[in-house]
Amino acid sequence: MRVSKRASGALAVGAAFALVASGCSSGNDNGGDASASKDGAIVIDGTQPENPLVPANTTETGGGKIIDWMWTGLVEYPNNGGAPQNALAESIETSDSKVFKIKIKQNTKFHDGTTVKAESFVKAWNWAAYAPNGAQNASFFADIQGFSDLNPEDPDGDGPKKAPTPTVQEMSGLKVVDDWNFEVTLSAPTAVFPTKLGYSAFMPLPDAFFNMKPEEFGKKPIGNGPVKLVSWQDDVEIKLTRFDDYSLRDKMKIKDVTVKIYQDDTAAYADLVSGNLDFQQQVPVSSLAGDKWKTDLGDRAIASTTPSTGIIAFPIYDTRFQNPKLRKAISLSINRQEITDKIFFGNRKPADSWANPLTPGAEPGNCTACKFDATQAKQLLTEAGGFTGQLKMYYNADASHKEWMEAVAQQVKTNLGIDAVAVGVPTFAVFRANINAHKMDGAYRAGWQQDYPDVENWINPLYVKGGSSNDGLYSNDQVNALAKEASAAPSLEESHKKFADAVKLIDQDVPSMPIYFGGQQSGHSEKIKKMELTNVGELDITSVEL
Amino acid sequence: MSDPSAASLVSTPRPEQPSEAGAPVNAGLPESAQKQQKPRGLLGDAWIDLRRKPLFWISATLIVIFVLMAAFPSLFTSGDAVNGALSRSQVKPSADAWFGYDVQGRDVFARTIYGARASIMVALLSVIGTLLIGGTMGIIAGYRGGWVDALLSRIADIFFGLPFVLGSIVILTTFNGSGSDNNEWTIMGLVIMSLTVLSWPVVMRLMRSSVLATKEADYIVAARALGAGTGRIILKHLLPNCLAPLLVYGTIMVGSFIGAEATLSFLGIGLKTPVVSWGIMISEAQNYIRVSPYLLFFPAAFLVTAVLSFVMLGEAVREALDPKLR
Amino acid sequence: MGRYLLRRLLQLVPVFIGTTFLIYWLVWSVPGDPFAGKCGDRGCPENFRAVMTAKYHLDDSIWLQYASYMKNLFQGDFGITFGGREISDIILTSYPNTLKLAVVALAIEAAIGLGAGVLTGLRRNGFLDNLVLVSTLFLIALPVFVIGFVLQWLLGVNWHIVHPTVSSEMRITELLLPGFVLGSASTAYVARVARTSIAENRRADYVRTAIAKGLPMRRVVGVHLLRNSLIPVVTLLGTDLGALMGGAIITEGIFGINGIGRQVLRAIVTKESATVVGIVVVLVVVYLVMNLLVDLLYAALDPRIRYE
Repeated sequence: MRVSKRASGALAVGAAFALVASGCSSGNDNGGDASASKDGAIVIDGTQPENPLVPANTTETGGGKIIDWMWTGLVEYPNNGGAPQNALAESIETSDSKVFKIKIKQNTKFHDGTTVKAESFVKAWNWAAYAPNGAQNASFFADIQGFSDLNPEDPDGDGPKKAPTPTVQEMSGLKVVDDWNFEVTLSAPTAVFPTKLGYSAFMPLPDAFFNMKPEEFGKKPIGNGPVKLVSWQDDVEIKLTRFDDYSLRDKMKIKDVTVKIYQDDTAAYADLVSGNLDFQQQVPVSSLAGDKWKTDLGDRAIASTTPSTGIIAFPIYDTRFQNPKLRKAISLSINRQEITDKIFFGNRKPADSWANPLTPGAEPGNCTACKFDATQAKQLLTEAGGFTGQLKMYYNADASHKEWMEAVAQQVKTNLGIDAVAVGVPTFAVFRANINAHKMDGAYRAGWQQDYPDVENWINPLYVKGGSSNDGLYSNDQVNALAKEASAAPSLEESHKKFADAVKLIDQDVPSMPIYFGGQQSGHSEKIKKMELTNVGELDITSVEL
Repeated sequence: MSDPSAASLVSTPRPEQPSEAGAPVNAGLPESAQKQQKPRGLLGDAWIDLRRKPLFWISATLIVIFVLMAAFPSLFTSGDAVNGALSRSQVKPSADAWFGYDVQGRDVFARTIYGARASIMVALLSVIGTLLIGGTMGIIAGYRGGWVDALLSRIADIFFGLPFVLGSIVILTTFNGSGSDNNEWTIMGLVIMSLTVLSWPVVMRLMRSSVLATKEADYIVAARALGAGTGRIILKHLLPNCLAPLLVYGTIMVGSFIGAEATLSFLGIGLKTPVVSWGIMISEAQNYIRVSPYLLFFPAAFLVTAVLSFVMLGEAVREALDPKLR
Repeated sequence: MGRYLLRRLLQLVPVFIGTTFLIYWLVWSVPGDPFAGKCGDRGCPENFRAVMTAKYHLDDSIWLQYASYMKNLFQGDFGITFGGREISDIILTSYPNTLKLAVVALAIEAAIGLGAGVLTGLRRNGFLDNLVLVSTLFLIALPVFVIGFVLQWLLGVNWHIVHPTVSSEMRITELLLPGFVLGSASTAYVARVARTSIAENRRADYVRTAIAKGLPMRRVVGVHLLRNSLIPVVTLLGTDLGALMGGAIITEGIFGINGIGRQVLRAIVTKESATVVGIVVVLVVVYLVMNLLVDLLYAALDPRIRYE
């Protein structure tokens, strides 16, 4: 999952929006003028990548979208949000969802002219999983057999002793068969594994990467995608150009893409409206009020929905929040429709299901606790024995969460008579550190954007014991068991069915409160005649026609 | 007669004694002074002079109103400043709600009235603190010169170099970390402290420059020749003559501090709900200026009026006190 | 004079050490785990945090960290950010931009503030005086974001008078609007202080003498009055350059200027001590130099002030 860094500044006036969207093309279907497109160039907005651009070490959107453009993975996610399709993979075969035989297309090239081989994947994945490399996306490889050998357990948890250095450097589950074939063995059957392969953590790396420091590689990254890097001037711009030897489906129709780095979305928007910028992924909050952005941009305004959900989570380790009736009472007292209408001006939709409905396998409307029912809420609160003291609802004050969190607190206060108050925590680092340390004494804002399109990504990390983002320590044995069965199911359909059963139980426990489904408001210049957004809401630069 | 120290001149009426608002010193003084047939002193003269100025009366009246607003907001409005309903979100000003409703559906008029307390308290006390610390350091540095000046000036440089955000995050989170249950007065005190600690160097430089320019003046040299002690020279001669730029700076600073306080709230380390302040209202209104400019206009107008009355009062008092301007 | 200058320059050393330590300590005291917030709501893997913490020696005591930072600094190594960027590179690219912006702002502020101050100081309580007072107060009361946003929208987007954002070449003409926005709040102070100073000195003996001598008013004001009234104004302007540079963050954001404001803020919230110290130390040097210049100017403006 990636986090938007645009508004991480404390004084930032813009919003940190969820940056994931379903495919959407702009209103103009006429297509572009091929000759204008051929050597065309566009300037689009971006943020300074936080780290050097190494796929397995990038978790924020600024660098993430450059990586998405510069690399092509084994599978790709269609812009319309549908099931993943093979991209670099010729075929991915399995009989038991445990051993996968992967065959890649022959003779595709990296930007430095070397050939993409099976080894390019295996070596890259081993590098990312190897604990001493400390890759941010390492946990994506945890399914693969032998991952635990590369990540030995720290003997005293967070204590002073360091985890021992792993004795092996390669996962036993990865095996190169020949230049174009390799085999992946998982530690347990996982039906969703092929779906994950389109996430940027699974990209191949050229030999050059292993001959230099990752930081050096990351300043001049070499990918295998439709565009290659020309230059990267920190805090100013990143220049990309068409990779002429690219042989896969999504070839560039234009030539040059300049990613102009803005500190603030207000500046980018001013440039967009005055025609100095060709695309802005998310227009600023100040233009959303009263739908001003639609007046400013006319038919160049693009509203899209995104597979991301704004959530308020409960710290279930706090004894005051252990009664599911209380949690449900609080959830029922929130009028989500009113919040999305008044605070988000209808640009986000009220949440009514546990997994975002744009995700394959997710059932719409399965969150009964997401209704607004003040009477039932009050009754449940009485049954739960009321709530004593102040109900704090924490958010990080360095991004724009204040308005909606205050609105939620206000509704809980009005509808339940609890002294609910929204409390800002100065920085995300403090906020996150408190959550990690399980030291929250009130509900807190969370958000989830899918990494790969499958309902599994909405359940296992969030609501299963030991899940990577189950920060409230929610645990229900039945849910854990069902989720385990679902993950190991031989086919995606069966997996989805099992997950649906698990969600029914989760819905009874209300471990967190989904509040809104994400939306994205983008705009483009008159120069762009045709364009599409990817499933994660980024501009699909290969679709741009002038 | 009391010394015309910086504090007594700048301090405006304390909330608990609003009836004496505006008078820089005991208002009963002139009468008693006249009765005793003593020659009127500087302050007596000043009071006679002040009484004749409409500017003084206008600003004093406004300040009395603001002080009343801060002390007894319920006199001015029966509205609810804290609770709102989203159904009224961004409803424009009307007969029901003179200033309209904000994004959370709260009554802007009630909030503006209730906002007076925190805004004026924080800004005034911080200004007083800044003037006291900065002024004292400036006088000492300017008058003593030499290594004392060097030491104090360099300390000021270090403090001046601290980024406001960094300093306030550290001060406020150390004493007021998230999750701590300090009451609103403690938080207000901490906010005042961080504003003061981070803003005194400018006042110090300003005071030091005035002292440097004044200390070689004939009347100071004469006083020293007559055997006046350091304390007397500073308090009686130097201070009254160096106060003008400080007072002017201080009264305008009231406005900046109201804004600075909002920055702290914005960062999640300043005042918290249910406390309202004009600064918070203005910063909350920023994203909506294109549709609901009134959300910004009303608190800003109150802020400007309040600062204006402080500036005018300071101006009137200063002119009355300064024989050169009479 | 020479000795005074030397002494002041020597004082840079303790201030330098004091500031670096103070800032280092402050950033170190900012709560939170810098690597806990790096990976969004998912949280970072334990190994990532372990590797990064070890790489930047964040487990060491504050004394050890500071000592090794200073050691590297004296070898000309400003260190690297958590993202692997050379901090010296950030300083070299961001500082000139911020400095340019602040200088333009200071010039605008000085011109408007001083002009308004002189005009209003000579004719106190007139219509112009009150107009200047109220309008400058409004500039103080409105947050920089609002002033910047409204002016950018009107002048840049709606009327096309200026380019709405600043290009990376940082042309002076592009900087006029951001400079005005940045300097707007301080203009009120300068105008007010100048006005008071002028009004006070207006009654001074030497002004009366000058007028009695029959000198033209222009000369009386320009030479006698202004020069003697400048001390507090110069003090304000001198301290303001540093303040403008340190406070430009919002203006830089609105107009898309790649300056230090953003870098400092980002570094503070992520507890990147080396970056904060590196940038702020340069800022403190600016303060010191400006204050030295101001102190020297005192002597030039007022012959009674002497440095020995």
